[in-house]
Amino acid sequence: MGSLLRVSAALKQGQITPTELCQKCLSLIKKTKFLNAYITVSEEVALKQAEESEKRYKNGQSLGDLDGIPIAVKDNFSTSGIETTCASNMLKGYVPPYNATVVQKLLDQGALLMGKTNLDEFAMGSGSTDGVFGPVKNPWSYSKQYREKRKQNPHSESGDSDWLITGGSSGGSAAAVSAFTCYAALGSDTGGSTRNPAAHCGLVGFKPSYGLVSRHGLIPLVNSMDVPGILTRCVDDAAMVLGVLAGHDPKDSTTVHDPINKPLVLSSLADVSKLCIGIPKEYLVPELSSEIQSLWSRAADLFESEGAKVIEVSLPHTSYSIVCYHVLCTSEVASNMARFDGLQYGHRCDIDVSTEAMYAATRREGFNDVVRGRILSGNFFLLKENYENYFVKAQKVRRLIANDFVNAFNSGVDVLLTPTTLSEAVPYLEFIKEDNRTRSAQDDIFTQAVNMAGLPAVSIPIALSNQGLPIGLQFIGRAFYDQQLLTVAKWFEKQVQFPVIQLQELMDDCSAILENEKLASVSLKQ
Amino acid sequence: MAAPMLRWGCRGRRWALAWVDGGSCHRRGAPTGSTSNRIRGQSSLAQQPLRTAQKPRKGEHKWAAVVGLEIHAQISSNSKLFSGSQVRFSAPPNSLVSFFDASLPGTLPVLNRRCVEAAVMTGLALNCHINKKSLFDRKHYFYADLPAGYQITQQRLPIAVNGSLTYGISAGKERGQVIPKTVRVKQIQLEQDSGKSLHDDLRSQTLVDLNRAEGQLRVDANVSVHHPGEPLGVRTEVKNLNSLRFLAKAIDYEIQRQISELENGGEILNETRSFHEKLGCTVSMRDKEAKQDYRFMPEPNLPPLLLYDATSLPTDADPQQVINIDQIREMLPELPSVTRERLVQQYGMLPEHSFTLLNEVGLLEFFQNVIKETRAEPKKVTSWVLNIFLGYLKQENLAVSESPVTPSALAELLDLLDSRTISSSAAKQVFEELWKREGKTPGQIVSEKQLELMQDRGALEQFCYSVMKDHPQVVMDVKKGNPRAINKLIGLVRKATLNRADPAVIKEILEKQLSL
Repeated sequence: MGSLLRVSAALKQGQITPTELCQKCLSLIKKTKFLNAYITVSEEVALKQAEESEKRYKNGQSLGDLDGIPIAVKDNFSTSGIETTCASNMLKGYVPPYNATVVQKLLDQGALLMGKTNLDEFAMGSGSTDGVFGPVKNPWSYSKQYREKRKQNPHSESGDSDWLITGGSSGGSAAAVSAFTCYAALGSDTGGSTRNPAAHCGLVGFKPSYGLVSRHGLIPLVNSMDVPGILTRCVDDAAMVLGVLAGHDPKDSTTVHDPINKPLVLSSLADVSKLCIGIPKEYLVPELSSEIQSLWSRAADLFESEGAKVIEVSLPHTSYSIVCYHVLCTSEVASNMARFDGLQYGHRCDIDVSTEAMYAATRREGFNDVVRGRILSGNFFLLKENYENYFVKAQKVRRLIANDFVNAFNSGVDVLLTPTTLSEAVPYLEFIKEDNRTRSAQDDIFTQAVNMAGLPAVSIPIALSNQGLPIGLQFIGRAFYDQQLLTVAKWFEKQVQFPVIQLQELMDDCSAILENEKLASVSLKQ
Repeated sequence: MAAPMLRWGCRGRRWALAWVDGGSCHRRGAPTGSTSNRIRGQSSLAQQPLRTAQKPRKGEHKWAAVVGLEIHAQISSNSKLFSGSQVRFSAPPNSLVSFFDASLPGTLPVLNRRCVEAAVMTGLALNCHINKKSLFDRKHYFYADLPAGYQITQQRLPIAVNGSLTYGISAGKERGQVIPKTVRVKQIQLEQDSGKSLHDDLRSQTLVDLNRAEGQLRVDANVSVHHPGEPLGVRTEVKNLNSLRFLAKAIDYEIQRQISELENGGEILNETRSFHEKLGCTVSMRDKEAKQDYRFMPEPNLPPLLLYDATSLPTDADPQQVINIDQIREMLPELPSVTRERLVQQYGMLPEHSFTLLNEVGLLEFFQNVIKETRAEPKKVTSWVLNIFLGYLKQENLAVSESPVTPSALAELLDLLDSRTISSSAAKQVFEELWKREGKTPGQIVSEKQLELMQDRGALEQFCYSVMKDHPQVVMDVKKGNPRAINKLIGLVRKATLNRADPAVIKEILEKQLSL
């Protein structure tokens, strides 16, 4: 029952039916409602899709690996007939009349849409704490692994008050997959929003190359950096979903024409002796937790000991990434958010003195402080008198950052290996001590530059921390070498044998489902 | 919104008007443009003599006007610039609106190939440099008929730049004299049109139509005046001029207003004005939008627009994915200036006639078809097509394609005239019959109405003899040497023959009989 491909095999062999599977996931969604992973649970839609899938299986007309597989979609992807809110008052009640291309592609393959997952408002955040529907709780807060460690710690408080954040902004999708309510989920990744929660929730979080997967229907944060992301429990699953999603979309002019090989099946690397792994020295920052630093170094050692060439590389403009991102992101946000004026869809205030007054009040009521703050900054950067000094300079810096990667890859590196996050997931109460902007700036540090350069990157869970929480490392590949990247990630995943989350206590009557998850917990830490 | 628009302009840098004498504005009594009560103020001012008493001394205070036009022309395409929805004139409001046109979140622009080709062709026709790489930008402002809060345009790197258009104006002393003029074209850019706001003042509401497939031409005129040799003056922008007549009027008015304002010690504000069609004056729009910062930003959802020519075209390029400038150049039809030149050379027509032939849709083709089928002289054909045929069309407000008279029919008619089978007045009568759409040929009409010229010389001589006999006084006048008297006799003979006699033949007979 663990991975998507395994359950897919079970469906094909008739060991379980799509409806049974759907109902089990729906039941788990209900049991884990307190995680706040979902904004909308599309139960009826999912059951109907399951019914249709079941018919296809009965008639021997299965659509493929995804047929009958429960999936979840971040609530910033448009879903036809299903409310799409971006976790904002602005879009409460907005029901799109069309499906995002990625959603349509999943549905065309027979996937069951379980619901729309929680996020930071308009994906602006790194905790999944700043949405209008409240924060998402990390399932690992309730795991046996974490609970046991906490018992050993005399300082830890008892009770639920110190539950952990999922990371974000695709925290709902991460929690949904992590808590077994679905087998794969779509996130979006603009500065790390898929990889960050994947790392905190012990999942594979994949950000494809920019231009490989359509953004049509994804409600944008930063158009030039947004990419639909994939959250799964293993690399093979992510590759399978990527195979379904990748390809040119006539509705998105930024998608490339040369498709990758499909279906995307990853080969198992027999050895890594021909690989060159780059370790960017600028990613070793003082804020990095010593635990993650040591795991990073162990991972590098693992590659080296298996015959790979591991070299230090320099990405000299890394430190400018955060401030550069801030200018580019807020500028595009200011522009993209201009359409939310209350006229055609979404929230509209009661004020009707004038059109301008209506705009102002609608936008004040509709957006949270984070969104309004970014709109304000962005408009400042785009003013005629500031454009050259901020926006144009930021674009130039972006080019330098992208060139850093090009230079590293041109020096013979196949894949870069970095941490995904500075630390493991922190408790919510700890997290909110800093504001959204500070947190985003800190948390995106290892992930954001990748979006500037449009590269593929994947966060792979490597081990549990001393606290019993997942830690992820990130692999970064050359643009459109997504398959190579995932192949390396798959080899690594196999070596580290990351333990499965143990949620038995939380969902005791679902333990039957989880029984099969008992994989050997061999980790690098041993 | 989103009807594809081509925008070309030459903002503020085009010398378009002749020198305007400072004195001339006095005669026109330009208003000073007081802004409160502006409509009443303008109309009353128009009746007042100008307040200024200082008449410039001769040769001083010459003013030069600088005019730049921003021309919004709708591209004739089946679908919109960035979406697949149709473009159709007078479709029901909001019936041609895609999700993108409505700016639903998550929708993305997709560039229409046909619009790019049209822009390239326009650029080539206007002698522009075609940029092989051009970019799209977002121009931001909040307005109810702009649902995205921005308009996609090409501000920084447009598809075509640095062009020119040479044209002629009939302004010489002699008839047919054409003075050549050249305007410079700064740039041509592809631009998404906004929606259309319909203000219902009664119910104080605004209705928005996002089809926006109307208004094929809209011009904003930037006008400033200055003394030659001095820096350019502050410019004003007169927006949304939708006909050439109003454009000319608005520019003339604005030049005079600015001169008058400056000569009265006033100053020109850099502002947006609108043209009041009934009063014929411009008024300040007092629009909050006018002075705002559009916060231009690259459109991130459209990659740079790359064009190719024969030398740069990648060998493995999919023809559906690339646009070849050279291919479009080959498709370029003969340009109007070349056609006009050819007409003047080939048929010896006046340049102004060549303009008329080209200005009416289908008229040139009609003319050429007549020429092909008739033996009549080209000058005769020109005269008939431009005077009689076009006159009838205008009278009934018909397009050439709606004409009841075909080129073949007119050609046959002109042949009859050319062979002197009928007189020119009879020809006009035949034309009038043809216009009735009764399906008869000119030949049939001539024979039915017995309009042939009399060929029987004996009979004609008899008519002449009778007329002279009945009008001895006129005959006397002729003999006394009154040169007009013979015309009277000719007229009387023609009348007697029911206009079927050739006046030249009558004259010859009369002169012979009178032994002149």
